[in-house]
Amino acid sequence: MIANGVEDEEKWLAAAIAGLQQNAFYMHRALDSNNLRDALKYSAQMLSELRTSKLSPHKYYELYMRAFDELRKLEMFFKEETRRGCSIIDLYELVQHAGNILPRLYLLCTVGSVYIKSKEAPAKDVLKDLVEMCRGIQHPVRGLFLRSYLSQVSRDKLPDIGSEYEGDAETVMDAVEFVLQNFTEMNKLWVRMQHQGPAREKEKREKERSELRDLVGKNLHVLSQIEGVDLEMYKDTVLPRVLEQVVNCKDELAQFYLMDCVIQVFPDEYHLQTLEVLLGACPQLQPSVDVKTVLSRLMERLSNYAASSAEVLPEFLQVEAFSKLNNAIGTVIEAQVDMPIFGAVTLYSSLLTFTLHVHPDRLDYADQVLGACFKKLSSKGKLDDSRATKQIVALLSAPLEKYNDVVTALKLSNYPKVMEYLDSETNKVMATVIIQSIMKNKTNISTAGKVEALFELITGLIKDLDGAHEEVDEDDFNEEQNSVARLIQMLHNDDPEEMYKIICTVRKWIMTGGPRRLPFTVPPLVFSSLKLVRTLQGQDQGQDENPFGDESSITPKKIFQLLNQTIEVLSTVPAPELALQLYLQCAEAANDSDLEPVAYEFFTQAYILYEEEVSDSKAQVTALHLMIGTLQRMVVFGVENRDTLTHKATGYSAKLLKKLINAELFMGVHISFGVLICLKRALRIANAAQQMSNAARGSTGSAMLFVEILNKYLYFFEKENPQITAAVIQSLIELIKTEMQSESVTPDLVLMLSLPAHCGTFSSRNRKVEQLVKGMSPSRHDGVVG
Amino acid sequence: MNYLIGAFKPACNISITFTDGKTRKQVPMKKENGQTVMVPLFQSQENIAGKISIEPLQGKRVEHNGIKVELLGQIEMYFDRGNFYDFTSLVRELDIPGEIYERKTYPFEFSTVEMPYETYNGVNVRLRYVLKVTISRGYAGSIIENQDFMVCNYSPPPSINNSIKMEVGIEDCLHIEFEYNKSKYHLKDVIIGKIYFLLVRIKIKNMDLEIRRRESTGAGANTHVETETLAKFELMDGAPVRGESIPIRLFLSPYELTPTHRNINNKFSVKYYLNLVLVDEEDRRYFKQQEITIYRLQDNS
Repeated sequence: MIANGVEDEEKWLAAAIAGLQQNAFYMHRALDSNNLRDALKYSAQMLSELRTSKLSPHKYYELYMRAFDELRKLEMFFKEETRRGCSIIDLYELVQHAGNILPRLYLLCTVGSVYIKSKEAPAKDVLKDLVEMCRGIQHPVRGLFLRSYLSQVSRDKLPDIGSEYEGDAETVMDAVEFVLQNFTEMNKLWVRMQHQGPAREKEKREKERSELRDLVGKNLHVLSQIEGVDLEMYKDTVLPRVLEQVVNCKDELAQFYLMDCVIQVFPDEYHLQTLEVLLGACPQLQPSVDVKTVLSRLMERLSNYAASSAEVLPEFLQVEAFSKLNNAIGTVIEAQVDMPIFGAVTLYSSLLTFTLHVHPDRLDYADQVLGACFKKLSSKGKLDDSRATKQIVALLSAPLEKYNDVVTALKLSNYPKVMEYLDSETNKVMATVIIQSIMKNKTNISTAGKVEALFELITGLIKDLDGAHEEVDEDDFNEEQNSVARLIQMLHNDDPEEMYKIICTVRKWIMTGGPRRLPFTVPPLVFSSLKLVRTLQGQDQGQDENPFGDESSITPKKIFQLLNQTIEVLSTVPAPELALQLYLQCAEAANDSDLEPVAYEFFTQAYILYEEEVSDSKAQVTALHLMIGTLQRMVVFGVENRDTLTHKATGYSAKLLKKLINAELFMGVHISFGVLICLKRALRIANAAQQMSNAARGSTGSAMLFVEILNKYLYFFEKENPQITAAVIQSLIELIKTEMQSESVTPDLVLMLSLPAHCGTFSSRNRKVEQLVKGMSPSRHDGVVG
Repeated sequence: MNYLIGAFKPACNISITFTDGKTRKQVPMKKENGQTVMVPLFQSQENIAGKISIEPLQGKRVEHNGIKVELLGQIEMYFDRGNFYDFTSLVRELDIPGEIYERKTYPFEFSTVEMPYETYNGVNVRLRYVLKVTISRGYAGSIIENQDFMVCNYSPPPSINNSIKMEVGIEDCLHIEFEYNKSKYHLKDVIIGKIYFLLVRIKIKNMDLEIRRRESTGAGANTHVETETLAKFELMDGAPVRGESIPIRLFLSPYELTPTHRNINNKFSVKYYLNLVLVDEEDRRYFKQQEITIYRLQDNS
């Protein structure tokens, strides 16, 4: 059915074109032979093809364009005709003899154009007559095209200022009047189209109408091109008249399009000066009109205008653009009860962009906008409209982009309030955006207050939002938390006092994060605290001469205390390994700060964790590695504490060894021990291990242990530790030899033996070692040396 | 009479020339046989003068019982064809009975002839003026020559010429108000006006303004009325809405109008009407007819 319609239309168009061409042909012949009568006759017949009602606007346009081309030729002919002595006035009458109105009016406009050019009558009179006569076409499509033709032929003949058709005073007014009238009539026709024909074709009509809209809009463009339309005339005549028509036509499509047109075609400066009038029209539009887009575009334009040059900014201030826009938006939102929240948010977003451009210094304005937005949102509850959400993100991103500085955004008290209305997903996205902005701009957030505000903003990342416990992608979650961690690292203030406050604030926030987040967030906090500790140390050294420093000032001790509590939380997560590592880090820092009890305390905590929480043997190895490694570096401990700790450590190692784990762990303890005692102990344990292993499975493990121990012996021997004598080493080597003999020597072991050899080479100065080693495994050694 | 000429060659040629024939305006006139000839144009109270020359054919003589020229104003009704009613009849004797051997020329003059009616060529009636030369002969039958001429009478612009303004309509359906700037128009006039739509509940397709001529002939029970639409001028295309006002500008010059003739010699009348016709989408016609008076205005050219 529809396909048929299209086909028919094609046929009709083809027929109309054929008819048009045929008559055009005769017309050309008449033109060539200067036969005016025939020229008029055939041109009228040709134009009669435009009387069709069968074509859609699209097809009609095609036909119109052909007629248009022909009319250009006719116009040339008329021009020549007048040169040949035919009175233009007669000609003007003659074309009006045509019986059919549509051809008559096309001809009249064509002659009218020549008439104006001839200047035998004032342009304004001819134009007025033409635009009046065109009223005869009440058919929307035909009328629109006819008037569009009129507009086309007249646009270079308006009695504009500076135009050759400019008459006596005030003729610009006539030009404006003419265009306005044509515009008004065209709009009426265009609107009327909607109400003609059956209701079921409403959609089709709307489509057709939007195809025609530019015909109407062109008039506004022409108006904007009239030189004589200065601000005053625009303000007094053009805008009120246009708006009157727009408001009164009560048509959704027209109102939206025309408002947009007005905004687009006239200069920004005019908009600024007539803001009140323009905005005043908005609430009067039909409720279904997409006012938000209109206003958004306006604000966008004004924003760009403001951005274009700093010189125009005073204008904005002078006309109080912001408050006007703000009021207008308020009114519109109030008036359009049904406006989706998306619309309102879009409006606020545009307004915010506008203020940011125009009043970058007026944060209160921005905050005001956010406040209004928040108010609107609060009446609606949480958002579930994805478009609205997107707009809010845009809204919230705008200040960040503008200022490149979160600190500014943090001053906006309503910012987090608005953010709350995002769904948790988007909230996180927004939070990430904020963090990225900080990263990108390396923004320094340097006060606890700001940090507080910032964390309020990124709450979505910091803790589970109420109720929302949806499954999130592991990777995404990690990514988010990593960025939070990075953010924590970036918070910094040179003043320890403030820094401490920041840390406290951060701590307060991250403590709410729950077990999944803590492992991500605690470490950066710990490290930034430790950094502070180090700073304090530096200052202490610098301020030695001033022991009466700030009494209330924070001390490393205080920080450690805080850290202790913080890390403790991790153990409940549970993330014992992490907590343990952090304890050790703290211990080391405490060591550097010369705080023995603190360090001891941390170690104790670590040990407790080790004992109680770390159960996996692999993890235990790692943990023990760390513990011993740290212990190795501790210098702050007194003998007693050290003994306790080392004993414990060796105890742990021993336990582990029983599980056939490397004895070398044990070695690390040496520095705080009497080396020999320690080594002996190692040997003893190794022996025990050997026996156990023999009993268990007779593996090569024990021999390897001995080699390891030997290696350590050699190290100390090399360092010329008096307790390590050649005899001791010799006996150890003997022991290994026997051990090796008792076991089948595996290549593994040979490899192990090469290790001390290597060590020997490294310290080849020491001949004794070399000899010793040679004695043990000469062939291997040769190989290496050779 | 033509067949006589065809059957027997006339004994002589008669030609009528007007004194001011060279300068007088010639206008086309349609003859009965459909041909158009150019004839001189006169108006009432003019002198009609000229010469009539009679030239016998070679070697012939014309014997006659007298020669006369008549100026006749005739009304011919087509239903009563061939029967002329002479409302004007003037005679000038040109010669006493005798013979003509050679070309002979007679001057004639009708001074300030009263010709109150205009030449008119209608559907059922014709009003014409003719100069009729008669060479009376006894047995052979008279030799007659006719020379038509046209009469137009000019009127001054009417002292009172009100506009026509009227509101018409069909209840709850269509209300319009129309206005024509005058009630009396001259032949080259232009009708200016507008139609204002007060109420439109029907879907109008278009609107035309027609000029209709109503010719009534006869009287009483024998009255014949013939109406012709001389002009159909489209005023509006498409459906207007309430409040629209549509301009009218209709030039009368392209149409073959005559002045309004009222009761010409109790024989016929010719009246003109403007008929405003609205056509709706179902091709129903709504119309309102208004009489206008057409007059001939002396053009200065």
